[in-house]
Amino acid sequence: MTNSGQELRRTSLYETHKAAGAKMVPFAGYEMPVQYTGVIDEHLAVREAAGLFDVSHMGEFEARGKEAGAFIHKMVTNNVKRLEVGGVLYAAMCRAEGGIVDDLTVYRLEEERYMAVVNAANIEKDWEWMASHHAEDCAFENVSERTGLLALQGPKAESILAKLIPGGGDLAAIPYYGARYKDLAGCEVLVSRTGYTGEDGFELYCESADAPAVWNALMSEGESDGLKPCGLGARDTLRTEMKFALYGNDIDESTHPLEAGLGWVVRYKAGDFIGREKLLALKAEGVKRKLVGFEMVDRGIPRHGAPILIDGEAAGEVTSGTMSPSLGKAIGIGYVPASNADEGAALEIDIRGKARRAQIVKTPFYKKPETE
Amino acid sequence: MELPSGLKYSREHEWVRVEGNIAVIGITDFAQSELGDVVYVELPEAGTEVEANNTFGVVESVKAVSDLFAPVTGVVVEANTTLEDQPELVNSEPYEDGWMIRVEMKDESELNDLLEADSYRAYTEEEGG
Repeated sequence: MTNSGQELRRTSLYETHKAAGAKMVPFAGYEMPVQYTGVIDEHLAVREAAGLFDVSHMGEFEARGKEAGAFIHKMVTNNVKRLEVGGVLYAAMCRAEGGIVDDLTVYRLEEERYMAVVNAANIEKDWEWMASHHAEDCAFENVSERTGLLALQGPKAESILAKLIPGGGDLAAIPYYGARYKDLAGCEVLVSRTGYTGEDGFELYCESADAPAVWNALMSEGESDGLKPCGLGARDTLRTEMKFALYGNDIDESTHPLEAGLGWVVRYKAGDFIGREKLLALKAEGVKRKLVGFEMVDRGIPRHGAPILIDGEAAGEVTSGTMSPSLGKAIGIGYVPASNADEGAALEIDIRGKARRAQIVKTPFYKKPETE
Repeated sequence: MELPSGLKYSREHEWVRVEGNIAVIGITDFAQSELGDVVYVELPEAGTEVEANNTFGVVESVKAVSDLFAPVTGVVVEANTTLEDQPELVNSEPYEDGWMIRVEMKDESELNDLLEADSYRAYTEEEGG
């Protein structure tokens, strides 16, 4: 677990994690908790009650001024023009050639103030790319260092959070992909109904110095409801069960949004954005490969980089895979030729030199049980 | 960390229980704790030859794949197939029902290269365990 002498950064919650018994690992240049009690235990807590994640390592950029909206709109594939104050959208950011620079969420915090939230591993790259395009009439600032970010996820997230906001915070009025400022444990927190788990829940942005106070208040309020601190291990299994793409695994600069199943966040009609022409051309051509979800039929767990075989021939690669704690099955995500991407299609995964049978299935892999 | 005396330990974190010329092999409490939830174990079939310090199988946690290294040379006489359906036994009972393979040893002098419980404990502490 040594990391070639590179100095790792820590979030303001580092001591809190250590005290809670977290196992820390290097991730995207940060020393982050991978687990506390165990990945499966934490995963199931999020599905059944609630879990709290420190994701302060993620990057936040703010754009302010008259041209802020137009600037962000030009950088991303989704329609920032239709975003209202308090609204959030998910988008891809592409090169002119269509390759994905990053996937991100965009917030409209005020009339002329936007926030882009990017992957930790891409902060520097994204900053350079965006800053090189930014408009004259707009201030653009990297606020990652001073921004703390917690994710409170699970069916009990709303009731736990409500208890910490004076008057309950009227959380029901925050729609999915909506965000409002609230007073939480004496701190100003941007409460965003978003997440990366497939459960209802919130992402909570605050001053990085306030993150421990917010964390501790949530943990002491939520513990009796089954709230557990969760690490990056459970974050990964939860998102994999939903087939949410992970940058660096499922998508990167060699992939484009259409083949990655992100066509739904590409809005061609809304005006120009970087990569639009290329994506229009790719759409007209038809995608050659598709990112699909599959389940193992034979034993074995598919892992990132394992070859996908069709009729014995290499036809693609696994981009993510795990044992699904909710389903008790080995599942994977990977690119296959578009001609062989239908549900039910047979694949083989080369795991340590042995071809093992798998089958393309409908995604998300995990569906919430119907409540009565 | 549980480290029964009377077992031999390898620097790759396997344990060996000697029963005559048979070596019963598993992974240590330290190893299972470092791995986290074990969700998959792949073991050689009976009759497979294994060689000291070479891999004989894999153990997978949710996050990671780790090789299993044979502490001794010999022929596998039995693999613990229960682990196919209950890999979590490696976590809960690493020295009992979580055992992995029984090997008929070819050269019992290889056991001398393994560590006693005390020196293995010191070794894991040095590794930062």
